[in-house]
Amino acid sequence: MKFAIDVRGLNKYFGKKKVVDDLSLQVRPGEIFGFLGPNGSGKTTSIRLMCGLLTPDSGSGTCLGYDIIAESDAIKRNVGYMTQRFSFWEDLSIRENLDFIARVYQMPDRKASVENALNNLGLKARANQLAGTLSGGWKQRLALAACMLHRPALLLLDEPTAGVDPSARRDFWEELHRLAAQGISVLVSTHYMDEAERCHKLAYISHGALLAQGTAQEIVAAQQLFTWAIKGKMTDESLTQLSDVLASKPGVLQTAAFGNALHVTGRDPLMLEKTLRETVAGLPHEMVRTETSLEDVFIHLMRTPKETREPLQEQPRKVGQ
Amino acid sequence: MNRRSSLFTFSLARCWGVVLKEFLQLKRDRLTFAMVIGIPVMMLILFGYAINMDPKHLKTMMIDADRSEFSRSFIMAMHNTAYFDFVGELNNEAEGEAALARGDVQFVVNIPSDFSRRLVRGERPVVLVIADATDPAAASNAIGAVTRLAESVAWKDLGGPLARLNGSPPLFDVQVHRRYNPEGITQYNIVPGLMGVILIMTMVMITGLAMTRERERGTMENLLATPVRPLEMLTGKIVPYIFIGLIQATIILLAAISLFNVPFVGGILELYVVLLIYIAAALTVGITISSLARNQLQGVQMTFFFFLPNVLLSGFMFPFYGMPKWAQVIAHVLPMTYFNRLVRGIMLKGNSWLDLWPNVWPLMLFTVILMGVALKFYRRTLD
Ligand SMILES: Nc1ncnc2c1ncn2[C@@H]1O[C@H](COP(=O)(O)OP(=O)(O)OP(=O)(O)O)[C@@H](O)[C@H]1O
Ligand SMILES: [Mg+2]
Repeated sequence: MKFAIDVRGLNKYFGKKKVVDDLSLQVRPGEIFGFLGPNGSGKTTSIRLMCGLLTPDSGSGTCLGYDIIAESDAIKRNVGYMTQRFSFWEDLSIRENLDFIARVYQMPDRKASVENALNNLGLKARANQLAGTLSGGWKQRLALAACMLHRPALLLLDEPTAGVDPSARRDFWEELHRLAAQGISVLVSTHYMDEAERCHKLAYISHGALLAQGTAQEIVAAQQLFTWAIKGKMTDESLTQLSDVLASKPGVLQTAAFGNALHVTGRDPLMLEKTLRETVAGLPHEMVRTETSLEDVFIHLMRTPKETREPLQEQPRKVGQ
Repeated sequence: MNRRSSLFTFSLARCWGVVLKEFLQLKRDRLTFAMVIGIPVMMLILFGYAINMDPKHLKTMMIDADRSEFSRSFIMAMHNTAYFDFVGELNNEAEGEAALARGDVQFVVNIPSDFSRRLVRGERPVVLVIADATDPAAASNAIGAVTRLAESVAWKDLGGPLARLNGSPPLFDVQVHRRYNPEGITQYNIVPGLMGVILIMTMVMITGLAMTRERERGTMENLLATPVRPLEMLTGKIVPYIFIGLIQATIILLAAISLFNVPFVGGILELYVVLLIYIAAALTVGITISSLARNQLQGVQMTFFFFLPNVLLSGFMFPFYGMPKWAQVIAHVLPMTYFNRLVRGIMLKGNSWLDLWPNVWPLMLFTVILMGVALKFYRRTLD
């Protein structure tokens, strides 16, 4: 099996609205693949297409070698899908939810697996609590444990760590890397930049279309953006002011506040530097050339209107796959 | 493996998982549970009250064309049974029919003009009692009382030369004409029929919401992502309620026998086998509805759409063969029609398997066809 996920030219309409637009992506076995994009860009829909919960209007593909349209039953048996919205039974206890999952996946060591999952979650003491009475973050952790319970070869995780505290998130990502090392593939959608940076590969979609794909470095490099950080004693007010001033200046694509520094990004390095020098002159600020971060790139991608976007194919690839 | 073949794949273990889940959820769903037990009790009390009560003082009018001592004492005797309250007098039978039709009175007593003359001659004249038998249970005791009058009336009036007539066979006949409900269903018919009504109502209602509830709570996405197959899912959702249905049926049966003295001449095994088939049929209807319905409101609407013809046309409300032909045709695709015949056949007539079979196989066929429909419309994706 060359790819854990290999979909080509997927299209999906809801009514007249095209929600997934000619989506092709490949995830290799053992890879953690981050799926990014603004709200409503079609991440959830794409994931549902991949695990057979929605039927594409056109396009084809395989998950774990099974056809996503004809063999969705086999896919369901081998894939762990975590829904974005909590979808376990709130009127069942934690243990009962896990037990149900273990039964329908026909796990041979059902009891032991459930106990094991409860222990790993640290929910042993509250195993009989109804799932509906858990806090949001704990619900998320329960859902995660449940979708990994049957030891799937591929995990499709739709914003698994939304609302989860940092320490649990770190544990979760360590667990993901451990699983990946065992050859399990993961497709994970997220809005967190630190999580994006922990992925082996990333895909960025907007309005259902793939805009960038590759490792974090590749994506940053492909956009060919240049960024300066303006630092110094800046109040929030002066920072906003400066940002407003710069936004309309030549060579400036976008500005973004990072703590008490302002990142200014542009495509033309010379013009950007000139503009900045002129603006900063006379102000008690210093300007430093910095690496364009993934976040700068995503904000840039998010702000680019649909029509003026460069198609993915024309983007230069610096680093080969 | 394609979708069609996997439609019928069945794993007992996965199905059992669904059954357990449904049981647990049912256990926690107090309202549904209360409904399951409460509805039969409530309906039995309501219907049972109407059945059990022995209504007295029913409005009655008379057409006394004879106006003799005899006619007056007959009216008096009727009055003394306490079933009849005479509220007025009418001139002819047409007026009587009109009063019945309007529902002003429940009985019209018609004493012909030659009543006393023929009585004295020993010609056994006839007193006509026209009864509004729309509610047969309400009218039956009164009708019984008036027919017995002919035998028991002691004609104290018959002294002197007529005294010889005392003690001889009834001097006159009481003829009862039942209007509006010639078949005159008795209470014995109603309680077994009630079993069919209660079961179909609760069973269809509960399962009618089974799938839509999963959809609206967002748990459907999770269910669809698991390997549970449609047939396992539907069966798993039905099985717990078979037990509930049997509990309900037992409550009704005990009440029928102990409270309403409904005779039970048939076999208990026959009854429970028939109940099992009927409950399965009703649950399949519910699960089909929930496969078709897009939301809970639609589910409830469809449930009522199904429920009404069953109650009206199955022979529970109106005598089956009193209905127009087209209604009988419709009734023959409704499970309650067959169940009504079966349960009455078992409880009242002691039918054997051979007698029951003609009404058993249509129920089975109905269940299988509907399960096919439910599977066909089961939405396997979120599209
Ligand atoms: N069942 C549906 N019917 C109609 N439109 C839908 C449906 N599901 C999603 N959409 C639309 O499709 C688009 C993509 O939705 P989707 O849920 O895939 O976005 P997303 O990338 O997951 O967003 P988020 O980050 O907020 O989770 C949205 O515009 C949404 O309104
Ligand atoms: Mg989403």
